Amino acid sequence: MAKLLTTEQMAEFANSGCLFFDELIDEQTNKEFLDDIGHTEIDEVDSVQDYYRNIKATSSIPRIPAGTKLKDAYPKGSPLEKIFSHEVVDGAIKSLVGSNTIIDHQFLHITFPTKYFKQANQRQMSQQNHQDSTIDPRSTFDVQLFYFPTEVTKAMGGTRYHPGTHLRIVNEFGIAKYQNILGQKSIVCKPGTIGIFHSGLWHGAGVNISENIRYMFKVRLQPTEKQELLWDPEKKYQPLPNRALYWTDESKDKTINDILMRSYPWQEADTNRLDKINVVKFWRLLTGHKKMDVDYWLTRIENELY
Amino acid sequence: MAKRQKVLVLYLKLPSLEGEVISWATFDGTGKKLHMTGDSDEPPYPTGLDALLDGWRLFQASQAIPEHPGQEFRTSYLKHEFFFEKLEEGDF
Repeated sequence: MAKLLTTEQMAEFANSGCLFFDELIDEQTNKEFLDDIGHTEIDEVDSVQDYYRNIKATSSIPRIPAGTKLKDAYPKGSPLEKIFSHEVVDGAIKSLVGSNTIIDHQFLHITFPTKYFKQANQRQMSQQNHQDSTIDPRSTFDVQLFYFPTEVTKAMGGTRYHPGTHLRIVNEFGIAKYQNILGQKSIVCKPGTIGIFHSGLWHGAGVNISENIRYMFKVRLQPTEKQELLWDPEKKYQPLPNRALYWTDESKDKTINDILMRSYPWQEADTNRLDKINVVKFWRLLTGHKKMDVDYWLTRIENELY
Repeated sequence: MAKRQKVLVLYLKLPSLEGEVISWATFDGTGKKLHMTGDSDEPPYPTGLDALLDGWRLFQASQAIPEHPGQEFRTSYLKHEFFFEKLEEGDF
């Protein structure tokens, strides 16, 4: 039985562009995945190309034509089929991209440690910030699901990401010049962690200065239906009434609107307000409440009398 | 003695050098340090003005471009970009 996301989790996703489920996948499935791809020590890796070739030749990860239904994609009983059948993963996918989602692409990202670059006499660099996979002005959104079969320590780099950037429309590596962005985070996690990114979220692979190989299995999923109240089929969500602005009442409890209106340290003073407006517009699409507002951002400028 | 250029790019919270640093990149033409994406979580200076006070010379700043009609709410790249340089002499 799929465990659909809560309205709080959806608001978190709408505002930050990401959700995480720590240590969700059990140890046995993580081991099966690693055994299946032939995980080994870095000393036994001669070249990146040979390592990938071996995984592609021997693992149960199938070649999946773009546009294949997720439910038909992975062999029954395979580690990936178990992961996607997990009630929390299944529920999060159904909440965000629906029950008939299709696969855009998948990839097993492998980040090699310093030892490999020394052996190969190559400069070891982190991956620059980017947004997958080309300029995308749609209101519809895709998600990228990340699975981490091993622990990821700080030294292993982790996937770097920038919460709240998902609604900024940029063109892939057009953001590569931003080496560091205030509030940047890296996915440092326990084995079996699942992350879900809005397809617009800015990110990049961190440099791995540990002794171990880092794996991240990624699948990009597309919806085939409108992404409206998918997490709330009984349509229980109702927008909250207006509240006082600036001269506020701090005694009030935090609400969904506080999650939606969270700011980030990288946002410019002026554009931060547009970022909030875009979160409200996104929330209108997700909830189907086409006139709803938070903190009067859109009501104020929709009051056009001429 | 040869001269090499070090470049510091700061993205500020405001279109004024008084603005706080929200993003930064460093490219060291002396070869002494290899900077890369994600290599520091703390900005090198609190504001653009602090970089000037430390001897960095400003050589380019982003222009204010009015939003295109109909695209007023579209957000995209970081807006307030400032390029600084320092020249360093040495045997490179």
